Amino acid sequence: MSTPAAQPDLGIELCGIRLAHPVLNGSGTFDAIAARRAFGDALLERFPFAAFVSKTITPEPRAGNPPPRIFETPSGMVNSIGLPNKGLDGFLRHDLPALAELPVPLIVSVMGTSAEEFAGLVDGVGDRHEVAALELNVSCPNVKSGLIVGEQPTETLALLRALRDRTAKPLIVKLTPNVADPAAIAVAAEEGGADAVSLVNTIKAAPMDPATMRPWLGAGSGGLSGAAIRPIALGQLTSVAAAVGIPAIGMGGIESGGDALEFIAAGATAVAVGTANFRDPIAAERVRIELAGELAARDLDEVESARGRAVPSSATSTST
Amino acid sequence: MSVATDGRVLAPLGRRACEVTAVRTTGTYRVFSALDRDGPRPAPGQFYMLTGEDWGSAGGRPYLPRAFAVAEERAADAGVELDFMLEPVGPGTVRLDGLAPGDEIELTGPLGRPFSMPAELNPDAAGAILVGGGIGIATLAIWRRALADAGIATRSLLGFRDEAHAGGLELFDCSEVRLASEDGHVGHRGYVTDLLAVLLEGEDSSRSAAVYACGPPAMLEAVREMCGDRDVACELAMEAPMACGFGACFGCAVPLAGGSYMRLCVDGPVVRGEQIETALVAGAGH
Repeated sequence: MSTPAAQPDLGIELCGIRLAHPVLNGSGTFDAIAARRAFGDALLERFPFAAFVSKTITPEPRAGNPPPRIFETPSGMVNSIGLPNKGLDGFLRHDLPALAELPVPLIVSVMGTSAEEFAGLVDGVGDRHEVAALELNVSCPNVKSGLIVGEQPTETLALLRALRDRTAKPLIVKLTPNVADPAAIAVAAEEGGADAVSLVNTIKAAPMDPATMRPWLGAGSGGLSGAAIRPIALGQLTSVAAAVGIPAIGMGGIESGGDALEFIAAGATAVAVGTANFRDPIAAERVRIELAGELAARDLDEVESARGRAVPSSATSTST
Repeated sequence: MSVATDGRVLAPLGRRACEVTAVRTTGTYRVFSALDRDGPRPAPGQFYMLTGEDWGSAGGRPYLPRAFAVAEERAADAGVELDFMLEPVGPGTVRLDGLAPGDEIELTGPLGRPFSMPAELNPDAAGAILVGGGIGIATLAIWRRALADAGIATRSLLGFRDEAHAGGLELFDCSEVRLASEDGHVGHRGYVTDLLAVLLEGEDSSRSAAVYACGPPAMLEAVREMCGDRDVACELAMEAPMACGFGACFGCAVPLAGGSYMRLCVDGPVVRGEQIETALVAGAGH
């Protein structure tokens, strides 16, 4: 049995932001303000993420989709929440002060239906000192072209060109998996000046109500997440990471440190926990602790050493 | 133990393993007890998210935790012993139905907004009326004991589909109970809301009571309308499809009066009748 390695260094740098470890949350999978109501200040003392990604905000308030909004599937779930949020003004007034109390950098997710709407959001959020970076949710139609921005390289490029000079903050593009070639979208994002990409968003899905044989969700269709999509996410991450030079934040069904290491080996600089948060509010803490163990078992003393490469278990280790 | 201004007991952060200490069957329901060594005693009306270390493995379902109200709670030598009542109808409840003493479950809680005292709902409230249907009487049983401890007069109206679904009655070890059953095996043949209508029409004190209800969505909506029409304060303990229990997933949307939605997990599960547009929430009761 080999001597256990010292505790590996989990620290990373993402778009110039130093993070204590590589585990974030996926946008819309953890509401730190609501969680603080349930768990109190223990949440701040033991915050599970190295940076917090907000739920997506839009220019105007949205109520969200009619219920039912969620449906459990084998090793996963389908959701159609519909981006309920307070709108830009409500976010700045009510949510930003509370999110600024979190002990980690804040990444704000924004979505507009035109370059002008996105510009208003980037202007409104980008110069706030509480905000470390912005994530662009491009899984929405451009009302002018009718095309989903994140499904067309030309749309993605045009959006980034329109936004790039409006803020000095890092811009992260959240990629949709519902395209034939996500790497082409990532290349367009990089060409337009994006600082990072994050992937995957949920996979379009429409569960049926077994009692009526009609679509179960109030909105008809939604997005699949959870362990069921993990190999799809890894496949897309691998092709995206090979195609771009900017960092990738990998997510899609991560539930353990071993899962996180797979995403890092596939090229992710950071990883995000999403649906697993629903199963345990500190699932990300366990992912982080297990990731350190996975690295140590491979005699790696830093997470950077694992990025984008095969990392076999230590030959002398007999544990499984 | 930390308590927020709205009475909710804060949950320890993170899910934790609890030993199952007892299981029993009552009618078509199963009641199991879990020893929560590290948790606080919940406030009546609060709920827990239950799951198991192996959920999501073989067959992939159940995958998400399931929300359960507390049917009974007792201080233990260490922590608190919690009783949960269930009917095995889907992958999650079937798994929980198979628990045996010595098994482990994982839980997060207590979660959500608890019941309010009658005087908080109506300064003139002279007492409480509990209206329970089927498995919904579990959360009312714990609330009835809290009201009794506070010296508040309580009348309980309980309704059941049939004898098999009357198993929760054993949780109500009090005399002031009126019963209804759809099959007529006990009490009034019909709905429990028939009993409430009689009570609200017939007795002066009823209008100065506060009504608390838990049961199927159609029952809750009938109670809500009946109380709304008569200006009787009421609180409903509701359910909705829920993945997390602490405001993360936004799945448990309940339509608010005046538009938009609330998240039942953090703004409920106990809601005031006038807060919501309807108790007939699509997807509830599954």
